[in-house]
Amino acid sequence: MYRRYLRSFAVGAFIALSAASLAAQPVDVSIGYVQWIPDQGPVLSNVTPEPDDGGLRGAELALEDNSTTGRFLGHTYALTSQVTDSEEAAVAAFDSLQQSGIELFVVNVPASTIRTFMARAGAQTLVFNAGAEDDPLRTADCPANLVHTIPSHAMLTDALGQWLNQRRWNKLFLITGPTEADIAWASAFRRSARRFGLDIVEDKPWTFDADLRRTASKELPLFTQADDYDAVVVADVRGDFGEYVPFNTWLPRPVVGTQGMSPVAWHRVVESWGAAQLQNRFRDLAKRQMNGADYAAWAAVRSIGTSVTELGTADPRAIREFLFSDRFQLAAFKGRKLTYRDWNGQLRQPIPLVHPRGLVARAPFEGYLHPNTDMDTLGFDKPESKCRINN
Amino acid sequence: MKALLKHTALAALIGLSAPSLASLAYVSNEKDDTISIIDTETREVVETIDVGARPRGILLSKDHTRLYICASDDDTVQVLDLATRTIIDTLPSGEDPEQFALHPNNKHLYISNEDDAIVTVVDVSSKEVLAQIDVGIEPEGMAVSPDGRWAVNTSETTSMLHWINTETFRIEKNIVVGQRPRHVEFSKDSKIAWASAEIGGTVHIIDVDKLEQIHEMTFKVPGVNQDRVQPVGIELTSDGKYAFVALGPSNHVAVVDAKTYEVLDYLLVGARVWQLDLDKDEKHLYTTNGVSGDVSIIDVDDLKVIKSIKVGRYPWGVVIDPTT
Repeated sequence: MYRRYLRSFAVGAFIALSAASLAAQPVDVSIGYVQWIPDQGPVLSNVTPEPDDGGLRGAELALEDNSTTGRFLGHTYALTSQVTDSEEAAVAAFDSLQQSGIELFVVNVPASTIRTFMARAGAQTLVFNAGAEDDPLRTADCPANLVHTIPSHAMLTDALGQWLNQRRWNKLFLITGPTEADIAWASAFRRSARRFGLDIVEDKPWTFDADLRRTASKELPLFTQADDYDAVVVADVRGDFGEYVPFNTWLPRPVVGTQGMSPVAWHRVVESWGAAQLQNRFRDLAKRQMNGADYAAWAAVRSIGTSVTELGTADPRAIREFLFSDRFQLAAFKGRKLTYRDWNGQLRQPIPLVHPRGLVARAPFEGYLHPNTDMDTLGFDKPESKCRINN
Repeated sequence: MKALLKHTALAALIGLSAPSLASLAYVSNEKDDTISIIDTETREVVETIDVGARPRGILLSKDHTRLYICASDDDTVQVLDLATRTIIDTLPSGEDPEQFALHPNNKHLYISNEDDAIVTVVDVSSKEVLAQIDVGIEPEGMAVSPDGRWAVNTSETTSMLHWINTETFRIEKNIVVGQRPRHVEFSKDSKIAWASAEIGGTVHIIDVDKLEQIHEMTFKVPGVNQDRVQPVGIELTSDGKYAFVALGPSNHVAVVDAKTYEVLDYLLVGARVWQLDLDKDEKHLYTTNGVSGDVSIIDVDDLKVIKSIKVGRYPWGVVIDPTT
């Protein structure tokens, strides 16, 4: 509104477009975006449904960011996006984008679909995973041309584990939902519990074969009966029953995990380190709040842009080499420069711990030491991963 | 008797004419929507003034009678009259003004519009928008060379210094620097520009005649993780001896030999140090420490931190009025 007023105010004066550019060589950068998110099934709690363009809008914002920079350098960026509704359609989209000459991809699909993509990818096709949090993609059989901007389950649960340890809330009641993702999240948390000296005093699956003649809120106090625990940890990735756990526990204890206070890649409450500006830009573009998938896709497209700005080429091999060099650094509104792990291609990043309306803390925490960078206290460190994609 | 009376009258007159005889420092508190006024003699906050939403960049008019305030969330630049300490006017600023710089002509105000990727040039007397210049994403730092020839804008996400010709309002050169460039400071003779890159962790020294980088500085604060060493504000002594660089969440200010670009010392101040200003004799340097909500004072001769003063929440900018 104000902007328009001001712009028209400036008519008569002039808008000075910078014709002067550094660039000698024009560069055209084509990026493909492929999305397929399997149907999550009906959930008990659907008050705030997930947006169906999560990821896509983050990639679009980053494309604008890249293009603005590119304007001064003679670099142009194009994003071709395919939002599909089945695995077959996603694979077909990936194939056809490759055939059209695209070699840089941002994908928001399940881990198994990524494996399929990588088997069909050209020798120098570089793929950014902005959707799959699965640990196995980072610990064994890592494709050499796959990098990850979305944090892994282990990074998220390590952030939570570190926080619980520094709060000295060591005794935990773990509730795990029935889906594969719930089970994967919970097993990542069990690993984090071992790493950070936490004691899982109860480890119960939420099976849905409980007597559901009562509502979840009636069921949960009974379900969470135990001698004592410091906090309840919920593993309910799709958000089915988890929203009913806070305030319904047998003992008056906080709830953390996928609901309550959660470790996330990104959330609207993150505003430090210039993040308020990114959030504003995103809201202007998408008319909604920015989520973790948006952030991961944004970081992927910005990683490409940052590399092209430095290199003056869109050659995927050169970009891949640059991503793992000392010169690469991504300014990504998390207060630190972000870099890629050279053994498995994971983007190192601090993890915010949030509740729906506020930021609680940001991992890693002081005192959790690492010989190289304290960000590597989150997720599978080099000795814990079998992957060596750079040697 | 008559002499005594004259004395009294004089004292009364002084008491009326100015809020204080001591030099005053002004600090913008980003999360409190206030300006703290510090008496630099007593080193205490003497008044806190309510201003617009999210005040960040502040600067003095060349005649030191007004303080310009970027009220970022009100999308305006406010004009604070220093004699009465009231907001007397607002200037059109474009959306989300963050930092700005005043041309030596005391008329042309160059404003970074962070959300719009634009630099707006406003005539402060006629309130006319003279130009809007497209720059990179998240324009932040703004500086005008003391000789008035160049206005330089830093764009944080684009990571460039945009060199704007102040006669034509056109960009003549773009220089790529480290990630998230935050601040530019010119040497008094306008020959050298210093630019900080927050995430890059670097300070870039630019030869202004050639518009080329001649040196790149890095910093290593003992005992501090390298990722936390994030250069932001820069202040130069006018004798060309020192440069001070605020290093953000490392909570230190680097003291740099301004001729050799060698780091001489790191001084511990408050948490997340952002901006800097020297007092009128350049004997003391004031730093705003965003997270700890205070201002540290550094003795420039001894290179020691001598005091911290509690101000509002998230102090952002600091300027010291040399005339009061």
